[in-house]
Amino acid sequence: MADIEPPDNRPLVEPEIHVGPEYAVAESDVAELVTGEVFAGSSLWRDAWRRLLRNKLAVFGMLVVLVLAIASVIGPAIIARATGLTYDSIPKDAALLKSFAPFRAADGKFSWAHPMGTDNAGRDILARVLSGGQISLMVALIATLVSLVIGISYGAIAGYLGGRVDDLMMRIVDVLYSLPYVILIIVLLALLPAKTPTAQLAELFFALGAVSWLTMARIVRGQIISLKNQDFVLAARATGVPTLRIIFRHLVPNALGPVIVYATLTIPSVMLSEAFLSFLGLGVRPPRVSWGSLAAEGAQNLAIYPWQLIFPGLTMALMLFSLNFVGDGLRDALDPQTRKE
Amino acid sequence: MLRFILRRIIVIIPMLFFIVSLTWVLVRLAPGNFYTGEKKLAPAIENNLREKYGLNKPWHVQYRKVLWNMARFDLGNSLKYEGQSVNQILRRTLPVSAALGVTAYLIALIFGITMGTLAALKQNSWLDYASMTVAMLGISVPNFVLGPLLVLAFSLTLYWFPPALWNGFPSKSIVLPALTLSAIYIAYIARLTRAGMLEVLRSDYIRTARAKGLTERQIVMRHALRGGLLPVVSFSGPALAFLITGTVVVERVFALPGLGNYFINACFNRDEPLILGIVAFIAITVLVFNLLVDISYAFIDPRIRY
Repeated sequence: MADIEPPDNRPLVEPEIHVGPEYAVAESDVAELVTGEVFAGSSLWRDAWRRLLRNKLAVFGMLVVLVLAIASVIGPAIIARATGLTYDSIPKDAALLKSFAPFRAADGKFSWAHPMGTDNAGRDILARVLSGGQISLMVALIATLVSLVIGISYGAIAGYLGGRVDDLMMRIVDVLYSLPYVILIIVLLALLPAKTPTAQLAELFFALGAVSWLTMARIVRGQIISLKNQDFVLAARATGVPTLRIIFRHLVPNALGPVIVYATLTIPSVMLSEAFLSFLGLGVRPPRVSWGSLAAEGAQNLAIYPWQLIFPGLTMALMLFSLNFVGDGLRDALDPQTRKE
Repeated sequence: MLRFILRRIIVIIPMLFFIVSLTWVLVRLAPGNFYTGEKKLAPAIENNLREKYGLNKPWHVQYRKVLWNMARFDLGNSLKYEGQSVNQILRRTLPVSAALGVTAYLIALIFGITMGTLAALKQNSWLDYASMTVAMLGISVPNFVLGPLLVLAFSLTLYWFPPALWNGFPSKSIVLPALTLSAIYIAYIARLTRAGMLEVLRSDYIRTARAKGLTERQIVMRHALRGGLLPVVSFSGPALAFLITGTVVVERVFALPGLGNYFINACFNRDEPLILGIVAFIAITVLVFNLLVDISYAFIDPRIRY
């Protein structure tokens, strides 16, 4: 018995073996498994970042997204401070209650007052486009987050538990996949419109997030299945880590690459869905504006005041264009196998 | 194979039941009713209306009646378009939407496959980059922005096509709506074709075809396209669902008398029979189409067995 129990002052022979749930993931081992090779000072993420920066279109996309996002977040406040105009401020002077072309003042001369013109009620379109950007971005981000939470939990649990539970859970996903869910969302939003614009926004987050988690669940499940038989999971289980903790602390962080890629591609698609619903009059409602509702307004006055459609429409298109480039670039960077040569 | 098809057909029935029930519950959960308007109705009139449409019966009786009628393909009468049955409305609006959707998808197949194949054959050339940028634009410009812009250019400036008019199927009036609707499919199909072709062109059986001394045209047309188009075929299933939502918007933009336009109006009007009828119809179409796509795999890719 004496030689099994080490004396207190004896140094640990193998200091890298830790017991206890906190240390069950040996991060360096996992990195090695994922990348296949470990360079000094080069992690999976740093490699991916370098590859991303080499992709000119993705860098261009990131810059545009950044500029548009910052402009949307701080732009309205700056405009309000500089000119006193907000997205909803209607001029007092009756002569100004009409749509001016970009850079035109009431007398038809050049003016810096409204670089994108005004709408039928004389409201500044630049302020409206930037405020609309705030709402569009917020809806896209929160709905994507909702879909991430549902998709990751669902996919990870199905993948880890396996067997009959997995069969059932994925069969449900298959069934939901073939539902014409946009049609159901239209029914939901048209028949149960929320009382206040804020509640309407919450309904949008919920509706859009609730239908866009299916692919995420499939991706996460696939990742978890390929990871769950590895040694670090066995180690965690052997040391008595509860199942849910294994799933969310040990497995999910190792499946993040594909999840991030798919989440970046979800953002533009959710943004598009929001705009589509707002265009039909089912999404963001006045006095709030989003790019979709602005485009809907503009489309009605297209023949006489084309700038009412062109500016919000093209801003949204530019944002979607850039987000798609970023998403594609991230996919190529994080998943070199599927990279187009 | 036959067993697979049978099993899938049997699954369709409970799904349809689920969709119709969910829609019915949503319609019934909504506060108010189709007859509630600006004016308050006299209680006697309201009672008569409730009596006439069976709204005074317990919910399960009404629900059973809805399901039973639907099982007999009797979708009832529209509440808002008086004197018209839902079946009549479907018969009138479906050809419009179908013409629009089919034309748009054909345009998308022709342009998309051509662009994608050329991009794959001349990989990394300016042709490749140009068609992929165009494809990215097609994905990024929403159809409700593209449609009005096309109207602005071709109807209001050049006077080539009517801005909002429906003259039946083979007419000038379908050009702009179909182009608007097809843009995003051109983009998707071009990207899918390019990816599929790039993979196939590097495979062994293409090398065999080359080694046999086939001409490049034969290799591409007879051998590569068959494998390279598999992703496009599998995209056709979800594409139908997209097409339906696309027609909703495009019919709205161009004011076409199609299914989608009527569907939105029905939702706003709480026209319960019309909502249920259109949802059921769309659901059947989507479910059957997904089944057809799965079956068609077996014919295109000989490796797939059910």
